[in-house]
Amino acid sequence: MIRRFWAAVIRPIDMPLLATAATLIGIAFVVLASASPDRLASQAVNITVALVVMRVVAQMSPQRLMHAALPLYLTGVALLIAVALFGDVSKGARRWLNIGVTRIQPSEIMKIAMPLMLAWYFQKREIAIRFHDYLVAAALLLVPVGLIAKQPDLGTAILVLSSGFYVIFFAGLSWKFIIGLGVAGLGAIPLVWPLLHDYQRARVLTLFDPESDPLGKGFHIIQSTIAIGSGGLFGKGWGQGTQTQLEFIPERHTDFIFAVVSEEWGLLGNLVLLVIYLLLIARGLTIAANAPTLFTRLLAGAITLMFFTYAFVNMGMVSGILPVVGVPLPFISYGGTALVTLFLGIGILMSIHKNPMLVQK
Amino acid sequence: MKFSSSPLLSQPLPIWRSRVLQLGLLVCFMALLGRSLYLQCIHNDFLREKGEARYERVLEIPATRGRITDRHGQMLAMSTPVKSIWAIPDDAQLQPAQVRDLARMLEMDVRDLNRKLASEKDFVSIKRQIPPELADQIAALKLPGIHSRLEYRRYYPGGDVTAHMLGFTGMDDMGQEGVELAMNAALLGKAGSRRVIKDRRGEIVEDVESIRQPMEGRDITLALDDKIQYLAYTNLQQTVADFKAKAGGIVVIDAKTGEVLALVNLPTYNPNNRQGLVGAQLRNRALTDTFEPGSTMKPFTAALALEQGKVRYDTMIQTAPGRMTIGNATIHDAHMHGMLTVAQVIQKSSNVGAAKMALSMPAQSMWQMFDSLGFGSPLKLGFPGEVGGRLRPWNKWQPIDQATMSYGHGISVTLIQLARAYMAFARDGDLIPLTLTKADGPAPVGKQVFSAQTAHEVRSMLEMVVNDGGTAPKAFVPGYRVGGKTGTAHKLEGGAYANKYVASFVGLAPASDPRLIIAVMVDEPSTGIYYGGDVAAPVFSRVMAGALRTLGVPHDAPLHPAPAVADGGPVKEEM
Repeated sequence: MIRRFWAAVIRPIDMPLLATAATLIGIAFVVLASASPDRLASQAVNITVALVVMRVVAQMSPQRLMHAALPLYLTGVALLIAVALFGDVSKGARRWLNIGVTRIQPSEIMKIAMPLMLAWYFQKREIAIRFHDYLVAAALLLVPVGLIAKQPDLGTAILVLSSGFYVIFFAGLSWKFIIGLGVAGLGAIPLVWPLLHDYQRARVLTLFDPESDPLGKGFHIIQSTIAIGSGGLFGKGWGQGTQTQLEFIPERHTDFIFAVVSEEWGLLGNLVLLVIYLLLIARGLTIAANAPTLFTRLLAGAITLMFFTYAFVNMGMVSGILPVVGVPLPFISYGGTALVTLFLGIGILMSIHKNPMLVQK
Repeated sequence: MKFSSSPLLSQPLPIWRSRVLQLGLLVCFMALLGRSLYLQCIHNDFLREKGEARYERVLEIPATRGRITDRHGQMLAMSTPVKSIWAIPDDAQLQPAQVRDLARMLEMDVRDLNRKLASEKDFVSIKRQIPPELADQIAALKLPGIHSRLEYRRYYPGGDVTAHMLGFTGMDDMGQEGVELAMNAALLGKAGSRRVIKDRRGEIVEDVESIRQPMEGRDITLALDDKIQYLAYTNLQQTVADFKAKAGGIVVIDAKTGEVLALVNLPTYNPNNRQGLVGAQLRNRALTDTFEPGSTMKPFTAALALEQGKVRYDTMIQTAPGRMTIGNATIHDAHMHGMLTVAQVIQKSSNVGAAKMALSMPAQSMWQMFDSLGFGSPLKLGFPGEVGGRLRPWNKWQPIDQATMSYGHGISVTLIQLARAYMAFARDGDLIPLTLTKADGPAPVGKQVFSAQTAHEVRSMLEMVVNDGGTAPKAFVPGYRVGGKTGTAHKLEGGAYANKYVASFVGLAPASDPRLIIAVMVDEPSTGIYYGGDVAAPVFSRVMAGALRTLGVPHDAPLHPAPAVADGGPVKEEM
């Protein structure tokens, strides 16, 4: 009985991955209990759903994931087009699609669908990947990214773009080309700048001089850097952060939760958080390195780096070294959708890790 | 699906690629760590202070603005609590129906409200100064992100009647006109302060300590008498309407104390609702607008001539043939009077008689008299825009100027200056300063302008004006002896005298021991009747009668009805 339960339920789960993710979830609960206690219950529901999703995906074989790649991608793109045409406008952005029973945010699907799709494409082409394959991959990447950026949702666009880029990077894109791309990217800034929305430009400018508009655009950054700085070495203690408790930190349960961690737990808390993220990423990259197929390796690598990107962009934004974009802190920020996406990624990593034998034939 | 081994899989990853990757990750994590170190260990003290500054606030506790009452404690201006509604747009995620409800309750346009709620700012003001009950109803809706704040709004129970006297305050509770401005410092009080901890919404989480108690604004008791003010207002308004005049003013002064008991200007405005207000309504004409007083100045000329011994009360002056040539100009009387006593010159208002007296005196002495009567310089009551009128230096006067000034032309005054100058006749030749606030303590020592003897003589001349054979029988007040002088001045427009008039009357009562001085001015009566004795004197009569009764001043004359006007009407004054 216990054995069968073990075989059926527990075995597909990768313990190191689960342990790090669970630690992060634990931290999330402690922090949320201070930042926004009345959201604890609903976050518990979110986590349960996310764990079920993880478990289901972990059970799947990589082949089934491959089969899902193209339909998921096409559905995602179709929904993004639908959003562009019929989406609901909220706070000046067209991000949501009303499908009768509920509203969905199709850009969220692309976070997973994109690396799946590109990994699938390179798997198809694995015999001899030519330069034009990179062009096709770039096109597959840029169409949804463009649609998301147009909504506008710069944060998600950057995340999707980076997830796709990681696949292309792991697929062996020429180093010279990457450098060339970097240079071209820098060169494109003056060209892209006029195309950005005013608020996006303002956010970038605010990064360099938050005091220029202390009650407007710079407000978030000033509040969060004050919160981080006043945390000091060991923090003010749980529930003691004045910036947090007096509600000076905006979005303190979602995008700016890192400021809460920093204020109440100090440098020590930040260090713990960073180490756990590093462990998670290290485990993910190990899985990628040992992955049996090109598809699984690309996918595992991209998903792992996606976790990294989430964490880096969020913490960078909150501590004021990156512009403000709407990216939650992975596993810590409150919110169901992001949590499901993250555990979907964890589930995929587990699936890849637990199914190495299929290849060795 | 076939999983074949590919060249790419022969090696886990090209070694340089994984190195670059590791390096990249390391650099990023070091950047985050470095930033944390910088903020939390190096820049830490500064940010900690800023954090404290953010929640620890020194809160200003506003002092309630003082009330303004009339001399009997009748409330004229008070601060009533109101609320203002404001929002944190980020928190205010309202359903369209909620927005519509809110807009309806605040009587706002839904689009305006939506625009405010969509603001990128952290706080927006939605609507200010709404009744507290309405704010409570809105609070009961428990709309997220919608808050209210207590403020004070100034309310003036007297409305139009006391508008110019009181003035009003702006949104920031600072006086902008009238007494509100003149006595702003006293009314304002001093705000106190407390140290508190506030959250982002500005709500006080903890009250730490009191730093300074607020000093409430001082209540001010004006000299104004609410009943006399109302009497003056209604009578002047009636007259301005009846004679289709452009404007009007009336000032009531207590001759014993210098207290301003009433002050009305028309057109006026409602200080409680200042929407659509135009400049003409705001003007405190009695203090800010000068006019050529005309014949109301003649008693001063006579007084000076008496004072200097140039004439006596009954000295005969030849005013025939009713005109007089000075240099190459000629002045006229409207009627030929022949030989007149000094008293009759005042009673009949002869220009020639006044001019003859003036020309017998040095220009300098006339200027000095005008100056000591307060003409040519503002009274400095503290009201905004108070002016002094025009009194040219005596060494610039030509004889013709001296002659016309003797009957009030070529000189300009404000109504309140004129009223105050008559104090010299109402008292024993001395002048005391005017006061807007209720006088307590001993009456101020006056400044002697004329001798008591002169003052008494002029006063009896003024009585003749109101009696048979004078220019203002309509100024008669039953039960009291009344003295006064009419004025009917051609208005100067662009340097020439136009066919427009200012009718005025300044008088005092009871003549045996004057208590009140009332000055009335009606600007541009346009029904064809424009004599001071016809237009301004009746207002004087009604207001004086009511005011004396209100004050309980003892009668000094039998209570008989007004004398029948003799055939041919009263004597018309000169212009």
